[in-house]
Amino acid sequence: MTAARESVILDLRERIAALETSMMKKAGCLAFGVPEMDAALPCGGLAHGALHEFAGGGSGTVDGAAAALFAAGIAARTKGPIVWCLTRPDLFFPALAQVGLHSDRVIFVESDKDEDVLANMEEGLSFGGLGAVVGEVVRLPMVGSRRLQLAAERTGTMALAVRRWRRQTEANDFGQPTASTTRWRVSVMPSEDLPVPGVGRPRWFVELMRVKAGECAEFLVRACDDKGRLDLSTGSADRSHSPGRSVHSA
Amino acid sequence: MIAKSGSKRWVSAADAAAKKAGVHVGMPAAKAQALFRGLMLVDADPVADAAALERITLWALTIYSPIVAVDGIDGIVMDTEGADHLQGGELPMVTMIANRFLSRKLTARVAIADTWGAAHACARAISREAVIVPSGQTVKAVEKLPISLLRLPPKIVGDLRSLGFQTIGELANTARAPLNLRFGPEIGRRLDQMFGRVAEPIEPIRTAELIEVARSFVEPIGAAETINKYVGRLIVQLIDELQKRGLGVRRADLIVEKVDGTRQAIRAGTVKPARDIAWLTKLFRDRTEKIEPGFGIEKLTLVAVIAEPLEEVQRSSSLVEEEVTDVSPLIDIYGNRGHKVYRLAPLASDVPERSVQRISAAADPVEIAWVGHWRRPVRLLPRPELITAIALMPDYPPASITWRGKRRKVKRADGPERIFGEWWQRDSEMEAVRDYFVIEDESGERLWVFRSGDGVDPETGSHRWFCHGIFA
Repeated sequence: MTAARESVILDLRERIAALETSMMKKAGCLAFGVPEMDAALPCGGLAHGALHEFAGGGSGTVDGAAAALFAAGIAARTKGPIVWCLTRPDLFFPALAQVGLHSDRVIFVESDKDEDVLANMEEGLSFGGLGAVVGEVVRLPMVGSRRLQLAAERTGTMALAVRRWRRQTEANDFGQPTASTTRWRVSVMPSEDLPVPGVGRPRWFVELMRVKAGECAEFLVRACDDKGRLDLSTGSADRSHSPGRSVHSA
Repeated sequence: MIAKSGSKRWVSAADAAAKKAGVHVGMPAAKAQALFRGLMLVDADPVADAAALERITLWALTIYSPIVAVDGIDGIVMDTEGADHLQGGELPMVTMIANRFLSRKLTARVAIADTWGAAHACARAISREAVIVPSGQTVKAVEKLPISLLRLPPKIVGDLRSLGFQTIGELANTARAPLNLRFGPEIGRRLDQMFGRVAEPIEPIRTAELIEVARSFVEPIGAAETINKYVGRLIVQLIDELQKRGLGVRRADLIVEKVDGTRQAIRAGTVKPARDIAWLTKLFRDRTEKIEPGFGIEKLTLVAVIAEPLEEVQRSSSLVEEEVTDVSPLIDIYGNRGHKVYRLAPLASDVPERSVQRISAAADPVEIAWVGHWRRPVRLLPRPELITAIALMPDYPPASITWRGKRRKVKRADGPERIFGEWWQRDSEMEAVRDYFVIEDESGERLWVFRSGDGVDPETGSHRWFCHGIFA
């Protein structure tokens, strides 16, 4: 019975895969290196040649700090040049360098209008040979996101859209459908406890809000390290660790 | 400066000191000498002047606009339509032009107007450095100007003066027929050109070294596909020419001459010498839609305004190909669309807002990196924002802060990280100190705040608190 069901599901999966563009399979994907997160994604990681969308939570919807660093960490783990399109040049690069993104790899394209950011992203995606194209946008309409998704599929470049609104109340726009393959919300959480006073490694609450052919999930992770890697943080495990450490240090 | 015409010697130019002494242009040389003892007289050299002006014109051609020409004996005229946005708009462009001349100890007068005639008159009439006549206000701008600025032969100007005409406005309001009868059609033509009733195309300056390919059409063309086709062919021709000379193009202009005598120009630049057909075609194709064919295009001209030697590079052929994507075509596409394209590079400075500089996107890789021991925020506020903080002096982090109207209780904090002012930048930074803290509030939001001053010595700062960045 179970074997029959398995074979049916396998067959369906194969048929769906055949319907999807062959490019996407060829481009492969970029694993997070966190087994729980990779398991939630259909091909075991973030697909190259697809559009991924990130937003912050709370006041992060306006500053987009955590979302940008999350995207930078992903971009740092790709190979090749990165094109970063934006309208508000308030990114502080030393922070990006600390998650392993070298300044020589990143070309910034600053434009006046939000629509230009989408057009520039599309141009970068269809150029090919880039590691990733990152764009900081306010609005991501269905048509615009579809164009980005198609351009990304064509060349196998990863498209990362960081959503950043002008006001926190505008952020309910994030519920609107777009053509992105995955959609994430990254909110800042209190940092890890240290045995001494001070700010420990930052933690993020990462919500996978939408994924094609997959299910939503949420993770509490430790923020990007100097190579852009994340690390799963289980609250209870940490709490059990910290007294041990403090005893050790005492 | 003394010019000779026949046996007459007269003053053709005078500097500020001479003008103060009462010397003015047009005065006989003997009279000027009588006015002021020890006046330095220099013989004018019109040939050298013309050569220098031509050099400046060619320089302007490479920088500002595809259509640039010498205007009279003392001016340069440029068609800046569609070229000003590359310099950040009209006002920054004229200021920049004036400043460029000032830095070479030359005084320039710059005017932008709807027509060549109006710009010519305004540039010579103003006492300021630069003026921009708003579109459609030419009449208002020029009606009070003297008729000598109308680009008429001196004979006609003199005769008009003796008839009592002083300003261009008076002349424009006079019946045309008697003037035509008396002076010929020249006055009417110049007036019409000034007010934009008659087109006055600018014949761009050219030298022998400029590589230029052109194509004239028997039958005017207008369809977008046709234009694209011929632009493509011109590019192939231009590349052939460049190849013969071993050059690569840095800046190319496409000049479109239309049936009605008007010209339109499209400029494309590259970050490094290029001789790639696909690359150049893409740059021009991107913008051929901007061409307005009007009644049809008679002639297309493609000029390599700046060409530089192109070094051929031997590609290593190893078994394991290490693919490095050359992104310069992409940089060119962005740049020609008028977006700012740059890379960021470290600068040796401890002050956060000074530690990042923008460099050209095509610049060589940068070896140095930021020192990574200390935490840096992802977003740096454009300028530090004043906050109210409750903190124990001298070196404790704040216990709570109020930023943008929201009160936050500080749960965890790191710091201080002391940053000293850079006295070699500004004298006022001699004693200045900033103490930076990383703070985290109850909801986990992390901010970068600093106190100006070390908390003890009021010389080092005001002891007020600022928020400077947002961590992820």
